[in-house]
Amino acid sequence: MSIGLLSLIVIALAVAGYLIGRRIALAKAGGDARRLHSLPGYYGQSVFLFTAIPALVLLAGWLLVQPVLIESRVSGMITAADIPEGSNADLVMSDVRRISTGLDLVLAQGALSEADLDTMRADFSDVRGRLAEVGVALGANVKPAVFQAAKTYRSAATTGRWLMTGAVLVLALAGMAYALSRISPEFRARNVTEAFVKTLLIGASLVAIMTTAGIVLSLVFETVHFFKLYPAKDFFFNLVWNPQFRGGSDLGIWPLLWGTLYVSLIALLVSVPVGIFAAIYLAEYASKRVRAVAKPLLEILAGIPTIVYGLFALITVGPMLRDYFAQPLGIGSSSSSVMTAGLVMGIMLIPFVSSLSDDIINAVPQAMRDGSYGLGATQSETVKQVILPAALPGIVGAILLAASRAIGETMIVVLGAGAAAKMSLNPFDAMTTVTVKIVSQLTGDTEFASPETLVAFALGLTLFVFTLGLNVLALFIVRKYREQYE
Amino acid sequence: MTAEATNMRSSLYKTDARTKRRNAAEARFRVYGMMAVGFGVLALVVLLSTVLGSGFSAFRQTFVTLNVPLDAQVLDKQGNRNPAEMAKVTTIGYGNLLQAALVAELTEKGMHPEGMKAKDIGGLISKEAPAQLRNMVLANPDLIGQTVTFDAYANGRIDGYFKGRVTMESAALDSNVSPEQLQLADAMRANDMMAMKFNWGFIFGPDASELRPEAAGLGVAILGSAYMMLIVLVLSLPLGVAASIYLEEFAPKNRFTDLIEVNISNLAAVPSIVFGILGLAVFINFAGLPQSSPIVGGLVLTLMTLPTIIIATRAALKAVPPSIKDAALGIGASKMQTVFHHVLPLAMPGILTGTIIGLAQALGETAPLLLIGMVAFVRDYPAAPPEGFMDPAAALPVQVYNFTQRADPAFIERASGAIIVLMVFLLVMNLMAIILRRRFERRW
Amino acid sequence: MNDMSLTERAVDSNEIKIAATGVQVFYGTTHAIKDVSVDILDKTVTAFIGPSGCGKSTFLRCLNRMNDTIDICRVEGDILLDGEDIYDKKVDPVQLRAKVGMVFQKPNPFPKSIYDNVAYGPKIHGLTRSKSELDEVVEASLRKAALWNEVKDRLDAPGTGLSGGQQQRLCIARAVATSPEVLLMDEPCSALDPIATAQVEELIDELRENFSVVIVTHSMQQAARVSQRTAFFHLGNLVEYGETAQIFTNPKDPRTESYITGRIG
Repeated sequence: MSIGLLSLIVIALAVAGYLIGRRIALAKAGGDARRLHSLPGYYGQSVFLFTAIPALVLLAGWLLVQPVLIESRVSGMITAADIPEGSNADLVMSDVRRISTGLDLVLAQGALSEADLDTMRADFSDVRGRLAEVGVALGANVKPAVFQAAKTYRSAATTGRWLMTGAVLVLALAGMAYALSRISPEFRARNVTEAFVKTLLIGASLVAIMTTAGIVLSLVFETVHFFKLYPAKDFFFNLVWNPQFRGGSDLGIWPLLWGTLYVSLIALLVSVPVGIFAAIYLAEYASKRVRAVAKPLLEILAGIPTIVYGLFALITVGPMLRDYFAQPLGIGSSSSSVMTAGLVMGIMLIPFVSSLSDDIINAVPQAMRDGSYGLGATQSETVKQVILPAALPGIVGAILLAASRAIGETMIVVLGAGAAAKMSLNPFDAMTTVTVKIVSQLTGDTEFASPETLVAFALGLTLFVFTLGLNVLALFIVRKYREQYE
Repeated sequence: MTAEATNMRSSLYKTDARTKRRNAAEARFRVYGMMAVGFGVLALVVLLSTVLGSGFSAFRQTFVTLNVPLDAQVLDKQGNRNPAEMAKVTTIGYGNLLQAALVAELTEKGMHPEGMKAKDIGGLISKEAPAQLRNMVLANPDLIGQTVTFDAYANGRIDGYFKGRVTMESAALDSNVSPEQLQLADAMRANDMMAMKFNWGFIFGPDASELRPEAAGLGVAILGSAYMMLIVLVLSLPLGVAASIYLEEFAPKNRFTDLIEVNISNLAAVPSIVFGILGLAVFINFAGLPQSSPIVGGLVLTLMTLPTIIIATRAALKAVPPSIKDAALGIGASKMQTVFHHVLPLAMPGILTGTIIGLAQALGETAPLLLIGMVAFVRDYPAAPPEGFMDPAAALPVQVYNFTQRADPAFIERASGAIIVLMVFLLVMNLMAIILRRRFERRW
Repeated sequence: MNDMSLTERAVDSNEIKIAATGVQVFYGTTHAIKDVSVDILDKTVTAFIGPSGCGKSTFLRCLNRMNDTIDICRVEGDILLDGEDIYDKKVDPVQLRAKVGMVFQKPNPFPKSIYDNVAYGPKIHGLTRSKSELDEVVEASLRKAALWNEVKDRLDAPGTGLSGGQQQRLCIARAVATSPEVLLMDEPCSALDPIATAQVEELIDELRENFSVVIVTHSMQQAARVSQRTAFFHLGNLVEYGETAQIFTNPKDPRTESYITGRIG
């Protein structure tokens, strides 16, 4: 039974439960809704919730846990001898999964019966050929142990699926029966329903925490894995980044950090002055009409997807910088460079700086301005000596947020900065960043369990820690600043 | 005090030197501000005009119009019109058919260039055209034996020639196209055998291989993005609204809710690529969901969109005046009833606006999708939902990235064209948000 | 109105500092000030009283062109400072405001140190040539504002950390530091407690030695206590203007009388 169908059945049961619950409540009250503690609908709702929610939660949990359990059981069947040269247990397990889905397809086509499958043995029949017919391509012939594992995997999955269907339906019915049994005119159905709904609301707000936990756990877990294969000392102190396909890689983070920080620095050098001056102009000088036009225009910059900026860097800014600056000056010949990525990223960050700064400048009380004008200060003197110092913490917060964006930005640097990991001072050199290498290490052809792939998680963790630090600091500063004027 | 004395005597009508200097500084400062705003707006204009400008041509494409006799001898040797049998004729057979038809037509019109090989003449037609013709015939075996008028894509270089990307000089150096072929193309265009037409295949067709830029389309990517947006909408709206209601209306002020709040504001600023890593580690490696599937993309984008929706929803809930809550509570409604009957409906326009903006952000997101396998080359349309959510698919912004990674410069035009499509979607979504806000904006 | 002790002090000067004739102020389409003519004397405290919304603050803000910062505000009529029209095209409001200082309703010290708050005006107008000269100006101004003894040990502390009354005196010191000729005060005591109010009022009386002071106030007792001349505004009109004692004891206009006895307000 497909998961979609199962969920539909559960929901249908719950709807039925609603109708029945409502009717029972009314019947018990002798048809007079006024004798009930709550409105009849609440009795129905309580049945609906008790039927649907536990069953659906069980379903989701089962779907998450079942593959893990089966995998641990099946992987025990594969011995070291079954793992071919140059491969590893993970790859063999993925073969097992693919063979098992392939067998499902073969059965579905009716070319083979369940009984045939039981007697089928990899050493005699052409499993690879059979599977190829249904579109499951395998790299090599199937070893008997692997085939056996696949069969076990398949049967365990099938059994698991049936068990799950049964358990979910039983739980749904049990929940419904329990909820129905509680119905009586004195039953505080509204309070029960509301408490239940409140629990659901809390659950929804926990998703944010679970997401953070998921991020941290997956990053830390795989990073630890990485440090078992590659010494942490080398990762943090080696000045060379040079991944090799066949091991012996140099995976020092410094060239990547250097590129990241260099690009971010250029981006901030563009966006901070432009953003702050734009914010000052819009907040203090611009007429209402200019503001009404220019502010949304600048904010469009923040709404444009980063891939568009990436393409802009690739086809316009990069070649232009190369042809008009780098080559005539003899300082570079690559269209992708730190300058290209930094400049384009700087444009992207303008609204991040200007919008927040604009808000913050507007939050400076008018009394400050009056005080300054009243002493005969010009507008620019007021801005420079009164408003900016007053707004400084907030503006620093805005800049930190922009810096965190810059460090975590991916598409612009993927398309604009280049892929060469080096530490150079020349901004017209192509360099690379942490994010670029995360993408290239995780989308490449290397196997998952190799240090060359796992390093991406260590890079991700570094990135996460960096940006988290900046964000927390920025939020703290901005919050403190807001309190000052509230 | 001397200053006081001078002040006493100075006339207001005379601007003193210092004030002049200060006013000049004032004017300069103002100009800096104008320049900053101008720079931002100029950057926007240049960005949009170059990217969009180089993309418009992707929607028009050179086609070769041919009358192709579908010879039963070649295409259906058994003569029983059984598609399974006919499928044995590969695209090479259809390619020869197209080539022969083109040569025949040129000869008939007296345009056949002296000494040009049939293979070179056939090279004017895209290598994708035989496959399209084959699909057309297999879908409708009755066509066999007839002569059909077929619009074949012209080769990408020929198309590039008419779009100014390829010149006679560059063709002389190019192993894929020769100046003679370009001359022939000119002649064919003059004779209406070749024409630029609107290319629906670009919007609805699937991607094509590296060597056939002329046939590359966005259909699979658009469908994949649509699936993901559907998932994001269905998951993030209820989750986001529920979380916001709890945090805004019910949550006690304590350490725990503080933790949730800090979490949400941090998640909003976590780099998108980190969400990609999360998706790879949790949804693909741990939960075993299929790579490059819309479900994984949708889940990852949901987690990214949630903070946006929560922040917008909370602002909308906060904007509902307490007097309305007090009124409902005052006549004996429970807190839950007050929220669901009064506060939520009043906040709905704001919530929807925030949701649309969140969706628009998610639609343009690229980096996390790269990590969950969306870069894979996918030519098959995913099935209808819900099964299709598990099928491999592309995504619009990732398709742009894929195009940029290919060698043929024709793909740059395609990438820009794909961005136009993406921006049109974003524009429509943002306009919806603006209209919603204008239409339902309430001031208390 | 039980405790109205009037200061029977003669007006010291008869020299006209500011002469306003036929002043009209419009906010958009609202006619806020209607044909007001008033002469403000040098070295005198002049009080503007009247019910809220009567235009007294608006008129005060015309005197140093603070209304310029509001886009929709339009001023007609003549306002002469020492015989020079302050709304003349040649006049730079920046220079004008150096001569006509202003203290606001709510104390608004800048988020800077006490010293920098006071030094702000002299610095921007370039009134001093050296640091020691600036130090002198700051000290003198703080002394004039009767704040020196309280803050002399913590000039580097932020001005926002002072108490409300101290903040307002700091703002007065800040205004005094540019050595203006006229000091405008827009309800300077309305945000202060009675003790701080008394301190500021005492200060105003001392400031009269050097400046012409114009004070807008809500409180008639205050007007009676500190001013020598009083102008009564009502609905944008200047109803009555004269010596404070005369206005409070023998008002000529029935509206003034109603206000003073508490019938309008």
